[in-house]
Amino acid sequence: MSQAVEKYRNTFLREVEANVEEGQWVKMCMQCGVCSGSCPLGPHWEHPPQEIFMMIRANKREEVLTSSSMWFCTSCYNCIARCPRELPITHIMHGLAHYAQRQGLAPKELPTAKFAKRFWDNLLKKGRVNELQLGLQLYFMNGLAEGIKTSLKMQKVGLGMLKTKRMDPMEALGGHGCKDIKGLKAALNKAKQIEETKAAKALERLQSKS
Amino acid sequence: MAKREYSFYPGCSSQKKASAYNQWVSTVSICKELDIQLNEISDWNCCSASIGYAGGGELPRLVLSARNLALSEKEHPGQDLVATCAACWLATREANERLNHDAEMKTDANEALKEAGLEFKGEKKVRHLVEVLIEDVGYEEIKQHVKKPLADIKIAGYVGCQTNRPFGIAGESFENPVYLDKLVEVLGGTPVENYDKKVSCCGGALMFSEPEKSQALVKDILEAAYDGGADMIVTPCPVCQMNTEVYQEHINKKYGTKFNIPSVYYSTLMSVAFGQSAKEAALDGQIISAKKLEAIASK
Amino acid sequence: MADKKFAAYLCKGCGLGERLNINQLAAVATKEGKIPLIKQHDLLCSSEGVALIQGDIDSEQITHLMIAACSKRAKTEAFNFENVAMSRANLREGVIWVRPDTEAAKENTQEMAEDYIRMSCAELKYMNIPAPSQEQGRIPHILVVGGGITGMTSALEAAKAGYHVTLVEKTAALGGMAAQLHRRVAYQSPFKDPQPTGIADLAKQVQSHQKIKVHLNSTVADTSGAPGRFAITIAHESGGTSTENVGAIIQASGFKPYDAQKLTEFSFGKSPDIIDQLGLEALARQANGGPIKRPSDGKEVQKVTFIQCAGQRSQTEGHLPYCSGHCCLTSVKQAMYFKDANPEVDTLILYTDLRMPGFGGENFYRSGQDKGILFTKGQASSVLPNGGDLTVKFKDLILNEEVEDTADLVVLATGMLPNSGIDIEAIPLKVEEKKAGDSASEEPVAASPPETLVPVESVLNLSYRQGKDMPQLIHGFTDSHFICFPYETRRTGIYAAGPVRRPMDISQAMEDATGATMKAIQALENAALGRAAHPRSGDLSFPRFRKEGCTQCKRCTVECPFGAINEDEKTYPVFNEGRCRRCGTCMGACPVRVISFENYSIDTVGQAIKAVNVPDESSEKPRILLLACENDTYPALDMVGMNRIEYSAYVRIIPVRCLGSVNTIWITDALNSGYDGVILMGCQKGDNYQCHFVKGSELAHIRTSKIDDTLKQLNLERERVQTYEIAITDLARIPQIINEMETTIQRIGLSPFKF
Repeated sequence: MSQAVEKYRNTFLREVEANVEEGQWVKMCMQCGVCSGSCPLGPHWEHPPQEIFMMIRANKREEVLTSSSMWFCTSCYNCIARCPRELPITHIMHGLAHYAQRQGLAPKELPTAKFAKRFWDNLLKKGRVNELQLGLQLYFMNGLAEGIKTSLKMQKVGLGMLKTKRMDPMEALGGHGCKDIKGLKAALNKAKQIEETKAAKALERLQSKS
Repeated sequence: MAKREYSFYPGCSSQKKASAYNQWVSTVSICKELDIQLNEISDWNCCSASIGYAGGGELPRLVLSARNLALSEKEHPGQDLVATCAACWLATREANERLNHDAEMKTDANEALKEAGLEFKGEKKVRHLVEVLIEDVGYEEIKQHVKKPLADIKIAGYVGCQTNRPFGIAGESFENPVYLDKLVEVLGGTPVENYDKKVSCCGGALMFSEPEKSQALVKDILEAAYDGGADMIVTPCPVCQMNTEVYQEHINKKYGTKFNIPSVYYSTLMSVAFGQSAKEAALDGQIISAKKLEAIASK
Repeated sequence: MADKKFAAYLCKGCGLGERLNINQLAAVATKEGKIPLIKQHDLLCSSEGVALIQGDIDSEQITHLMIAACSKRAKTEAFNFENVAMSRANLREGVIWVRPDTEAAKENTQEMAEDYIRMSCAELKYMNIPAPSQEQGRIPHILVVGGGITGMTSALEAAKAGYHVTLVEKTAALGGMAAQLHRRVAYQSPFKDPQPTGIADLAKQVQSHQKIKVHLNSTVADTSGAPGRFAITIAHESGGTSTENVGAIIQASGFKPYDAQKLTEFSFGKSPDIIDQLGLEALARQANGGPIKRPSDGKEVQKVTFIQCAGQRSQTEGHLPYCSGHCCLTSVKQAMYFKDANPEVDTLILYTDLRMPGFGGENFYRSGQDKGILFTKGQASSVLPNGGDLTVKFKDLILNEEVEDTADLVVLATGMLPNSGIDIEAIPLKVEEKKAGDSASEEPVAASPPETLVPVESVLNLSYRQGKDMPQLIHGFTDSHFICFPYETRRTGIYAAGPVRRPMDISQAMEDATGATMKAIQALENAALGRAAHPRSGDLSFPRFRKEGCTQCKRCTVECPFGAINEDEKTYPVFNEGRCRRCGTCMGACPVRVISFENYSIDTVGQAIKAVNVPDESSEKPRILLLACENDTYPALDMVGMNRIEYSAYVRIIPVRCLGSVNTIWITDALNSGYDGVILMGCQKGDNYQCHFVKGSELAHIRTSKIDDTLKQLNLERERVQTYEIAITDLARIPQIINEMETTIQRIGLSPFKF
């Protein structure tokens, strides 16, 4: 066992506080487990939120950031509604997933991670989500053969949506969008830049202390 | 001039020929009946729902909603911003509250918005159309518009997640909100009592990435509706509606069930009860057709 | 007796007039009750009704009055007449409210009401007007034993209220355990940081107060007397003694820390870096706000681990089974010592269950989390010195894995043990063991307990027949009712405060001290007027005993839960009115029935029992006697009435001061008079007792368990006598029990003793 990482020390907790959305709340968890018991996909989580919080405090950086757990969040907000300490657990899970992705530690083959990334890319293109393109991408994200299989499986759904005018084949070619996509992109880029600068500064402060 | 006017954020799924287009159609028709004017924000963008986090950080995601708010502030001053989509409402309301709560975050967001020539002031209320219907219009007034009561229809009010948590409708509990049941009653229908999957999650966007796990959740939601003797499910949320309706065949195949239960928007229910046509109520948007509603509409 | 003048007043309000034949009731009171003056009124509790009664008292010199109206617990302010004996026939809660308003039920309901008139008349006949015993004294002076934060707070509170205080402290200085602390847990909003203890200032205030006399290096050598007139001998280290007369006593003898040496798994004593919480306080005082250094080599502590519940809340031999209440908050406070000096120090608290009691406790916990204290649900198994460091092994209960972690310093959160003095109830047992084989001796209690069996020093040295210190409840803590009457002990006029009563922190101890002081003042002032202390506060009646009839059996002296009765040299009981709580347990215990109260006696109840009209067998109307404890059962019965829950019309209810006051003669008399069943209802007994007189209900249960012999002699079924523990909330259960008795009687048949 490596002695390099000391357990039950605040190192990783501080990193989370500096980088993860609402990360400053992690230390306030009182380990009651209501979040874990309230999660609709809880049984599929490698580590339910209660454990994730404990792992952060136990200094398990790699295990947390490479975990598939956070990617099973359906954003149902049950945990937030029920947390007796009123921790924004959903946001922390999203934040951890985002940070893991940014650090390149998120599991590569996780469908939700891929989907979430594609969703963002899709919306970035025109400022609005193109449901058809997103859907098609999704079916083919695991390769052509998988994609054809999924498409066939989903064919009936697609036809239903088409028939009820809830899907437009023309969307595949372009479709809805923001007019001022340029302005939107510039704003988003700026936001990203502000956020990253701040995170870098926080990390610097942290490293200078230890 | 319309009796009630709001700045309106339809969201991606309510666009023409998008997945919740039927919600849009029925919403338009009930608003017409209730003298509500929805003024669409001209160049709105996606809110990134609750799945954009992989690509977008906290601030960029907040900026998305801040831009919509800034546009609304500019175009429709003095009007509350209203959304029909659960995710749009949640993301926008959350951004509004967080930016107003955190001065530093607000400065940062505005620094970003300046790139698009906009400014978020944070002077608006962000509301769900359900809030408008309950708080501004009221059950009493809605009742007065009922021309064809939904007699003999038993309806499971499936509230789901994001119109219920973390904000919810004022005065409702997280664990057992009753506004859909009340609405069903007002429209002359019978709500399913003790519908125990009322606020359970349908898997949301994970229906795309984790279909099997999400469908298992939907199965329970449908089963509970059947257990309660429901003829149909009513919901306020586009994701809930889609997830409970379009995968029933998949679920039947996997679990050997025989689900075939319509899932409709509250706006469709209202439209039918208001005596509007099947087309206005967007009954043609049902993949599993709501026969009992069609019968009333054609009366 | 000649000067007794009787009158009865019948109320027609609250529906009594409509439901009952009041004229008939008046006739019963006249003919059978032999009451010469009887009046009816439409609303007796109105000012007009009260004036009517008061007028008769004044003009007719009425000394004994019977009021037939509502429960004796209702309208007590209206029916409050001075210098008269009064009985109340409960026709409202006890009759019309628990009976259906139907034609069919009318006859039985009327019979019920008539019986209550008969019973009240009979009771009244045998009542006398209680007067103070003349035994009392008033010494506005309070003795406080213990000079810790509890004792000092008590002393100051009493002095501020105008009473003289003598404070006796065993050690050479005031301050107690709290004086060893660096800071105390936050007790003021916003409950974020450790706060100064304020001990030095408190000690200064105590020492300089004109009304407080402090004896350091001193102990209490003897305590005798009773509330209002205690005589205290104080022994000084110098060898001399002094005496002091006080009206009441507060025992604030505090606690001693658990001996951490017993915790070998945590290597206490093997390394100076493994310490208990008091050990850390010493280090923190040394550091005085600077970095805390570990004792072994003076290195600044970079990582400290706190182990909660060390040797506590554990069934392991030698461990304390209970929670000491303060240690979670204390560890948070101590971790803050490190964090406030240097936020980079890692502080880990290993707990299985965190408890943050008291006002602001949760805020303090949150503040600790906010400062970066790491809380881990983990069960520590061992601490081992490892070179310069310490290896802590624990199981992380959330992550479900065994962990081996290192620390510079380990703090064990050990528990507190009460300084309660001698466990007087442990003595008889040991004496009995010693006497085993000595068949001639039936005496369960030694007259003077052999000291050698008890290594503990007495705190109060009471010269009471029952022993030198106060009875304990569990785990050595002084017996006091946790919730209902926390400071009351089983020695009247002596109040326990602080950790001697139960484990607690400084804030709780100070609150406790204030409460106990208030009770002490109350006891002292009540004693001066010859009135009872809690729970019959204000009662002037006290036990009288007829020496001629006494067989010196000592049952009364043994059974008195409050040690009120001493013995003279011939083992006759010596009653100490001031110590008496007036529960009547002695009266219930007396086999020859020589003990009574002026207004509550074998006769007041016995004659009421006999006054009931028992119909002959052919009527098929059974009679059930219910003796109901007036502390919880009787109020519950009133609530049964208020809720209009019906029960059998065959029951006749008599309130008793405590089930302990029930003399078995009443049961025998009832059975002999043709009652078909007898029910006794008292409070919960045992370790979690709710008995207002602590032992009364328990003793009654023991006595009635022996009633089987009587039943056998009378050739009666044992089901005819039932004893129950009742809570004040048992509204549904009480009618059920009554009705079940009726069913039982139907099953086994009516009593053959109907004459």
